[in-house]
Amino acid sequence: MQVQERVKRFIVENFYVADPEELTADTSLLTGGYVDSTGMLEVVQFLEEEYRLEVADQEMVPANLETIARIAAFVARKAGAPPGA
Amino acid sequence: MFSREVLRIDAAKVADGIEQAIRDQVLVHLKRRGAVVGMSGGIDSSVVATLCRRALGPEKVLGLLMPERDSSGDSLRLGQALADHLGIRREVEDVAPALEGLGCYARQLEAIRTAVPEYGEGWRCKLSLPSLLEGERLSITTLTVADPSGRQRRVRLPAAGYLQLVAATNFKQRVRKMMEYYHADRLAYAVAGTPNLLEYDQGFFVKQGDGAADFKPIAHLYKTQVYALAEHLGVPAEIRGRPPTTDTFSLAQSQEEFYFSLPHREMDLCLWAHDHAVAPAEAGAVLGLRAEQVERVYRDIEAKRRVARYLHAQPLLAGETGGG
Repeated sequence: MQVQERVKRFIVENFYVADPEELTADTSLLTGGYVDSTGMLEVVQFLEEEYRLEVADQEMVPANLETIARIAAFVARKAGAPPGA
Repeated sequence: MFSREVLRIDAAKVADGIEQAIRDQVLVHLKRRGAVVGMSGGIDSSVVATLCRRALGPEKVLGLLMPERDSSGDSLRLGQALADHLGIRREVEDVAPALEGLGCYARQLEAIRTAVPEYGEGWRCKLSLPSLLEGERLSITTLTVADPSGRQRRVRLPAAGYLQLVAATNFKQRVRKMMEYYHADRLAYAVAGTPNLLEYDQGFFVKQGDGAADFKPIAHLYKTQVYALAEHLGVPAEIRGRPPTTDTFSLAQSQEEFYFSLPHREMDLCLWAHDHAVAPAEAGAVLGLRAEQVERVYRDIEAKRRVARYLHAQPLLAGETGGG
């Protein structure tokens, strides 16, 4: 499964998303009210376990984690693979 | 025009208004005979106790001091000193045995050990947030632990461990509130809440813990204004000069490292500026911050308000009750 799809499934299954269609790759998870800061801790833990990577404190920034697209790009960078892989 | 003066108040007038409100609320509306105030030796509870004493008279205010295992000795000493200064009755209720019985400390320990297995006797800890001023970081809390030699390190707790640590720690505020209501029921008194506007607005309280009360006389005042009121009311200088702490964890922890992103004076001004649509650059010029730093604080204010909605929510009913 593509990273974007997998991350979206995790969010839809673990947080309240009224209409999954509204949650696009570019929707802000934080300002959109989907995931709060504690929830983001769960997202980071999911990424670390699912993709066997370590997220450093300084990497926990909106540029890496604010949207599903950014998360996928971040995972790809961490894995050394092209975005969307 | 935004300036540091926007929070200036006529302290005498504000105090008179609050004292009248306390009399109306406690005696007339709630039909209670006095007020119970949990006193922590901090600025907010000291101001509330003083206002209650002035509004109701010293014989109608009970000050409760409720230390537990991780409380600073200063909290008890200053709380007692203020109660004596005000001439109100005071009682010390050590809540540590209740917390022990509920498993508060054991559950905290279990949670901390999910990240630091060697944590035990002689270790201390606190939770902290990254500084918003240093860069664009998500507000994700980390745990700072100090081993018995005092050497500190920061770790990130797994989500379940973090939630358990917060949930176990919340017993402290909830047990204290339970004790306040015991005395309130015994005396037919009302329970005073002590949040200031910053805490009330941003959700810096425990639901059904320090968030519970019958009246909250300073919830409309910025913390800066609470300090101005404290000076007007003659709250002792040692209390006014004490840095705000949470007094909740075994390592000393400031309120800004635990919850707020800036020292309270700047945080107050940022909240005012945010709510009055002051442009980040204009606010930053007054606060000595860059516009992007103010933008980050604005976003954090909004994020905390989203979290606070649940904390403020009353129990929801599924239908009309008819009684009104």
